Amino acid sequence: MDFIQDNLLTVTVFFPLLAAFIILLLPEDEKTLIRRLTLALSLIPLALVMVMWFNYDRAAADLQFVVQADWFPAIGSSFHMGIDGISLPMFLLTAILTPLSILASFGIENRVKMFMFLFLVMETAMLGLFAAFDLIIFFIFWEFGLIPMYFLIKLWGGADRDYASFKFFVYTMAGSLGLLLSIQVMGLATGTFDIIELMDKWVALDGGTLAGTGLSVSLVKNVAFWAFMLAFAIKIPIWPFHTWLPDAHTQAPTAGSMILAGVLLKLGAYGFLRLVIPLFPEQAHTAAFVLAWLGMLSIVMGGFAAFGQWDFKRLVAYSSINHMGFVVLGIAVYAYVAGLPGSSEALTNDAILATSGAVFQMFNHGLSAAAMFFLVGVIYERAHTRDLRRFGGIWTILPVYGAILIFTSLASLGLPCLNGFVSEFMVVRGSWNVFTVQLALSMVGLLMTGAYILKGLGTVLHGPTKKEWLGLKDMTLREHLVIWPLMGLMLSLGIWPQWLVVFINDTVTKILG
Amino acid sequence: MTEQTLQLLTWLIPAFPLFSFFLIMLFTKHNKTLSWLLSWTAIIGSWVMGWIVAFDMFGRDIDSLAEHPVGIRSAVDWLPFGDYAKGLWLQMGVAVDPLTAVMLFAIPFIIAMIFIYSVGYHNYGQPPGQVRGVPNHGQEEPLLSRFFAFMSLFAGGMLTLVVADNLLLLFVGWEIMGFCSYALIGFWYARNYDDPKKITPRKAGVKAFITTRIADVVMLLGIVYFYSVFGTLNFSEALSAHGLEAAATAVGPAMLGVMALLLFTGTVGKSAQWPLHVWLPDAMEGPTPVSAVIHAAAMVSAGVYMIVRIFPLIAVGMEGNPNVGLIIGGIGAFTAFMAATIAVAQNDVKGVLAYSTISQLGYMVAAIGIGAYVAAAFHLITHAFFKALLFLGSGSIIHGMEHGAGHVHDHHTDPQDMRNMGGLAKRMPKTFWTFVIGGFALSGFPILTAGFWSKDEILADAYFQGTNGDAFAMVVFITLAIAALLTAFYTMRQISLTFLGEPRTPLAEHAHESNNYMTIPLILLSIFAVGAGWAGIPEEFPILGPLVNNNFFHHYVGATIEHALSGLEEAGLLAHGLETLPFNWFPLMTSLVVALGGLFLGWWVYGRNPLKSGEKDPLIRPLNVLYPFLQNKWYWDELYQFLFINPTIYFSEVIAYEVMDKGIIDGTLHLIARSVYAFGDYVKTFEKRVISDGVDWVKDQVLAMAKEFRQLQTGKIQEYTLVSMLIAVALVVVVLAINFGWLNQLFTIIP
Repeated sequence: MDFIQDNLLTVTVFFPLLAAFIILLLPEDEKTLIRRLTLALSLIPLALVMVMWFNYDRAAADLQFVVQADWFPAIGSSFHMGIDGISLPMFLLTAILTPLSILASFGIENRVKMFMFLFLVMETAMLGLFAAFDLIIFFIFWEFGLIPMYFLIKLWGGADRDYASFKFFVYTMAGSLGLLLSIQVMGLATGTFDIIELMDKWVALDGGTLAGTGLSVSLVKNVAFWAFMLAFAIKIPIWPFHTWLPDAHTQAPTAGSMILAGVLLKLGAYGFLRLVIPLFPEQAHTAAFVLAWLGMLSIVMGGFAAFGQWDFKRLVAYSSINHMGFVVLGIAVYAYVAGLPGSSEALTNDAILATSGAVFQMFNHGLSAAAMFFLVGVIYERAHTRDLRRFGGIWTILPVYGAILIFTSLASLGLPCLNGFVSEFMVVRGSWNVFTVQLALSMVGLLMTGAYILKGLGTVLHGPTKKEWLGLKDMTLREHLVIWPLMGLMLSLGIWPQWLVVFINDTVTKILG
Repeated sequence: MTEQTLQLLTWLIPAFPLFSFFLIMLFTKHNKTLSWLLSWTAIIGSWVMGWIVAFDMFGRDIDSLAEHPVGIRSAVDWLPFGDYAKGLWLQMGVAVDPLTAVMLFAIPFIIAMIFIYSVGYHNYGQPPGQVRGVPNHGQEEPLLSRFFAFMSLFAGGMLTLVVADNLLLLFVGWEIMGFCSYALIGFWYARNYDDPKKITPRKAGVKAFITTRIADVVMLLGIVYFYSVFGTLNFSEALSAHGLEAAATAVGPAMLGVMALLLFTGTVGKSAQWPLHVWLPDAMEGPTPVSAVIHAAAMVSAGVYMIVRIFPLIAVGMEGNPNVGLIIGGIGAFTAFMAATIAVAQNDVKGVLAYSTISQLGYMVAAIGIGAYVAAAFHLITHAFFKALLFLGSGSIIHGMEHGAGHVHDHHTDPQDMRNMGGLAKRMPKTFWTFVIGGFALSGFPILTAGFWSKDEILADAYFQGTNGDAFAMVVFITLAIAALLTAFYTMRQISLTFLGEPRTPLAEHAHESNNYMTIPLILLSIFAVGAGWAGIPEEFPILGPLVNNNFFHHYVGATIEHALSGLEEAGLLAHGLETLPFNWFPLMTSLVVALGGLFLGWWVYGRNPLKSGEKDPLIRPLNVLYPFLQNKWYWDELYQFLFINPTIYFSEVIAYEVMDKGIIDGTLHLIARSVYAFGDYVKTFEKRVISDGVDWVKDQVLAMAKEFRQLQTGKIQEYTLVSMLIAVALVVVVLAINFGWLNQLFTIIP
């Protein structure tokens, strides 16, 4: 036990990888055993995260469970990991969604072992990224998460999976290359890759030329900043870098979509919070307006495009762009205020609210998007179609499914008493003074959120019963087991959000205050 | 009653129905009896607790309440922000001040009546209907549990809104009701009509939700603006003289007017004011009496309640920016008039009432716009009573007609169309008499009914300000007076068409009085439709004034606002506080003339010679082309379809998706890919000459990838390969450039 306690973070991050190799040892045809064992093993990281949750010192709100070990001293990179109030909710989200996604994919019949293996590998990548405090480590986990998702889409996806998986891959790679290059330049310039150290050394660099290159510092900083921006903007995705997302989601298997929307999109937003703004405060301040406009466009155009869909899954995919727009808006406020010399107390408070709201919205969107994709999968497995024109009258046939779909959709819509509303309110409140115009325009997108959610509900559930759907069976116990934890979390966070928000708020206050 | 007990009761008032919603949904949904009993228990509990709290507040000393209006309060830390150890929490809490107390007297009681009525309306105890999602005439509603679950949630939302001590909690209740209204309007979600032009319940639900949401997103901006200026969302803290003074110093009174307008937009949606009134008439697609009464007595009152609640802000805003008053008063008066004209030409028994609701809400909004706070609040309460009564009455009529339809096996004649009725007075006496009471209250029948006192007060206020040099208030006065005349007229038309004369169809012939579940609430409500007005008779009113001599409502609710406004006057934010109206004969006579005149005209046209079967509406000829204009509701729906709905669908499906995402963005990517593909071929052919040895490995990688991906037959995939190649090459160039300092030289050349 001592070993686990002393190395809690390392164990949590790498346990899924170990589990993945355990699964790899099982014979391929023991499908039931593979599924059950994967599920059981994926619950252990959740338990470990719970231990971390209760041992996390909220009042201190600093970096905790720190691991720092020599790793690649020649270039100044060390194995530096830690958890703060921004990472912790993301840890919780990852650890909750992974077992649920695995449970959701019990229906997969071909290459079960490979599927489960990839899933567990991906969990390590995601957890590692959320804990990384060294740029090289960060980048390794970043790329590490990309490959399993590529294969999940490519091997278990829908009809157009080749196009979708490749588009996903190339888009993300296009961002990653600039990221890698910039990381190298930063290491070259400062002699370290440690994020905490860089926040002093790299940020302090100004004027003159960069040692060893002869380039002007401000130029390099600008280029590196935009490379970072692009990489994370593609991942979130921010309009207009979003067109990979609807394709990837529509083709991905249900569990793939759950993790993609639930966690992978958050990697991009997390990159902004952890790297872009702390490492490039001046550039981020200048670019905050760009970010706010793009956030607004994500909300508005994402909302309209979602409303224009007739494929249920594509509609939900576009809803992610719409919702993540609020995260971007919150991040824009953070960027604006963090780089503002001599910010006023009121403005700092706005930024704290907006940033906490953005992190909370990441968590909330993770829950509701995963739940929505799961429910789309439930109906797809039965009806073998996602065409909204063909559905109708499902509520009469599947009353329980209907009620659950309504609940989840309303969480996605941002109905008060459910989680999405609280975080959207926080972001809206936080951005009001800084980006009034952009915020006011994004209300059009918020209106469209209602429109597309009701379009989905109305076309699927309402209307007279259609004969072709009469034989459909309502949700199974396994499906209930997937959705109820998510619904419970959504309701609890809507009614009593502070159990999570205090963690976020403390750290954000410490960073900004 | 100790303070703690009262606080607990105030929390429990909304919690009871909310809790019963969860219980029904999770546990009792398969047992209809248990479900409705549960929701009855919850709402009756809320009613009793509401009255305990209300009467405790009524019994308190008015002078001390005026100074400290919030008699009961309790709050918890809800959302942290910033350094919350220093107390930076967003608090959620309940508070009861005189206005809340009055609302708690009316609202839970009315909702409880609706709950009781619903059991009868859905034919509890009859053989269960088999088809879900459509009305099963004469049979027990198969989704009765779901119905009561949503009704409970609705009641919880409304009561949350009433007891909320801050704008955010109010908004929470507000949105919950918005959802319930969507769910209940579309309750018969599978219903289709033969006439494709007739809106289905499910579409009406969406229409209601989206239309009100247009207003809600603007209101959300108002809330965050409020929060950011006042630093709190709490009503009593923010809207105190001190709070408003600080806010006015910070942003200026004119901007407070803008804030008031942002919040007022929420009212325009929720209380169905022009231009967002279009959802309410279609909301009548819900189960007849119940969803209708939501959209008459309870939910639509929420919008007016909110602007009454934030009145000090509106008052300061109007002072700082006169346009605010013009906009609020103008929208209210115009809505009151427009909806009244439409109601004259409606044939659906609920349609008339729907437009009359819009019209009456317009009165209240107009009253706020001219600063008549107490009058607005008073009309809010009396209207809630008599409109609930009228709607439940119309539900009873329809129920009776459906009974007739079942008797003669005629399921094609519309049981809601008043042209198919007539002569129901003899067949449904309890419904008839209670409906007449409600109708007369709506018309403002003098002295006896509640509607007279409250409507008269609005008119008196408008007249008083109109004669004191405010030309706009005079316009409001005249508009509202005309609307009042129309109100009395269409009410009498409705009573005549429905109840008088001989039956015009076999349905009406075989109509039958409704059961006790339905008639008892009617009788109870009719008591208040008369009695509620007696709480607000002005002392100066001839004979009755001195006789009753307390004008309870005015003193009780008015004292608070009087104190608040005089505080604002001292702070220099208002030119004058709330003025006590001197008694004036002119508005009183106007009220009398328009109410009695309208009723008489209605009787003259429709009641004197009741319509015979097959006869046309006597108004069709004299109104000529105006009649279809009114009957088609001024063509607002058609206009909006053309101006907003069709363009939105087009923009979503074509511009945002096909053109932007599929065309421009993906098209650009594909184009880049294609050009890189061509470039890649070039690279492949001339690599040795073009690219130096130093980057050979990149080329190898690229070519290997290209080769691999070419095996895939999708052309687009090759294009993406080439995008990545281009990026790789570009990055190599950048690396080299940085290494050799080219870029710096380049930038020294280009300034």
